[in-house]
Amino acid sequence: MNLLHSLKVMLGAAPARPVHITPAAAALHEAKRQVKGPDRARDIKAAHAQHASHKWRNIRWAVLIGVNLLFVLSYRFDVQLVEGALTASRVVGFHFADLNSTLQVMFAYKHVLINLVIGSTTVLLLWWLLGGRTFCSWVCPYHLLAELAEKIHVALARRRLVVDYTLHRGTRTVLYGVFAGLALACDYTVFESISPTGIVSRALIYGPGLALIWVAGLLVYEILFIRRMWCRYICPIGLTYGLVGAVSPVRVQYSLENCLHEGDCRKVCLVPHVLDCTKKTYADDTLVAIGADCTRCGLCVDACPTGSLRYQVKYLDKLL
Amino acid sequence: MTPPLASRQKERRQLLRSLAMGSAMVGASLFGFFPVLKKWMPRLRPPGALAEHEFLASCIKCGQCVQVCPVKAIRLGDLDEGFGVGVPHIAARDQACDFSCDAVQCVLACPTGALSHDISKKEEVHMGLARLDRPETCLARQGKGFKGQARGAAYTGIHRYAEVDRWKPLRVADHPYDLELCDLCVRECPIKDAIALERLSDDPADRRRTPVVKQACVGCGMCEMICPTDMPSIVVDIRRQWGAA
Repeated sequence: MNLLHSLKVMLGAAPARPVHITPAAAALHEAKRQVKGPDRARDIKAAHAQHASHKWRNIRWAVLIGVNLLFVLSYRFDVQLVEGALTASRVVGFHFADLNSTLQVMFAYKHVLINLVIGSTTVLLLWWLLGGRTFCSWVCPYHLLAELAEKIHVALARRRLVVDYTLHRGTRTVLYGVFAGLALACDYTVFESISPTGIVSRALIYGPGLALIWVAGLLVYEILFIRRMWCRYICPIGLTYGLVGAVSPVRVQYSLENCLHEGDCRKVCLVPHVLDCTKKTYADDTLVAIGADCTRCGLCVDACPTGSLRYQVKYLDKLL
Repeated sequence: MTPPLASRQKERRQLLRSLAMGSAMVGASLFGFFPVLKKWMPRLRPPGALAEHEFLASCIKCGQCVQVCPVKAIRLGDLDEGFGVGVPHIAARDQACDFSCDAVQCVLACPTGALSHDISKKEEVHMGLARLDRPETCLARQGKGFKGQARGAAYTGIHRYAEVDRWKPLRVADHPYDLELCDLCVRECPIKDAIALERLSDDPADRRRTPVVKQACVGCGMCEMICPTDMPSIVVDIRRQWGAA
């Protein structure tokens, strides 16, 4: 049921307040109801006073830059460690292939390509273990650019220089179908011609080109109009990996107990709908695993003043 | 319970915006059709490339072929090639494939078989056919020799001169020639019996010869690259089959 809900929310449904709440969670909700406004405000202020962390963001940026640099340097210095680009590569000789690019190629070419099956199965296992959309925030080079654009957008919006328009999150689901259909119907990997992930990855490795103008246009649009437009509402790669990571052991876990419900996590989140459970009275249990659409970026883990959001590896505690 | 009017209007606007943006993205992606259907940028594809339509469908745009090429002949397409963005091609006049790698490395590197894995040696390749495009400028047809750097001092292209170094390609500019009769296209052709110089007359005193392309030609473009005239006298017709016009 929970998994189904998390998938539905990823595909575009509005998150709903749970109907069934465990007694333990209900008791915590009730206890929090007793803490009145001024006391809560004081608690939040106190928690913020001793909390400011960018730990996970810094680690993640280092990993993202490191992975992309590995592609670039491996080619520049011809060490053949990682050959190719993010769409498909050989890592010390083993095939790796991006799931979404694999699907596009197979839909367009209408052949099952064994190298791509091997390559994308490896990748599928990897991202299933690490959390699916982990690819987005920990590897995709466009994500980093979009994160910087988002910072500018948020700063401008705070000064009321730009307005934050939103789209319906179902847009991505519809576009996913459209791009799959286009590949099938016209025999070209249509999506790849506008995919900023592929374009930026190739530009880094093989040198810049005109295609970067398209990427720059997207970024400018995101700064001026729609916060994180591509990653939130359009990119089919995100949806593909979201499906892979829906049942992943690595995830962010929410703990109701100490949460002050001030909502800092939702303000920094790329996909705030997955953090719906952090709203007051919305958690259906004392511990809640964050849903499929989560990119495991850790911004909420950094932002949370009470440590109520943490990375968790399912089953690992039982193994140890 | 129906939500208040303002909220419904907000929802409606969001939906319309989403529709507009979604259509814009699909529209943008379909722009790729123009360069492909109009064929405004015919490209010489790397050895083993499938028929153009299948080639564009199956290429995953990773550039592994670019990385393995020992003479760096392969380049990736840009946005002006539409669906061909990120797809490899060879600009033969700048840097042709001379099969320095012997084993057709780009074919082996290709993860999708867009460069067909059915090919295992250079003689099986078919990229196009060479054609004497400007007979009037061809030095051999005028009975002229050639002395100096084939493409001038500034030319950066490289070529494997097996007699100098079997493994390391040299800059063409670092390998000057001194030929009594220009035979560069024949001399540097990597395929056996693909091109020959034939007499223009029966007169034994007549030094004039003309390059004749044979069926063995694979269309690699080495002759187009090495031809020392200002505009190449010999060029590759992309994807032309033997016997076709």
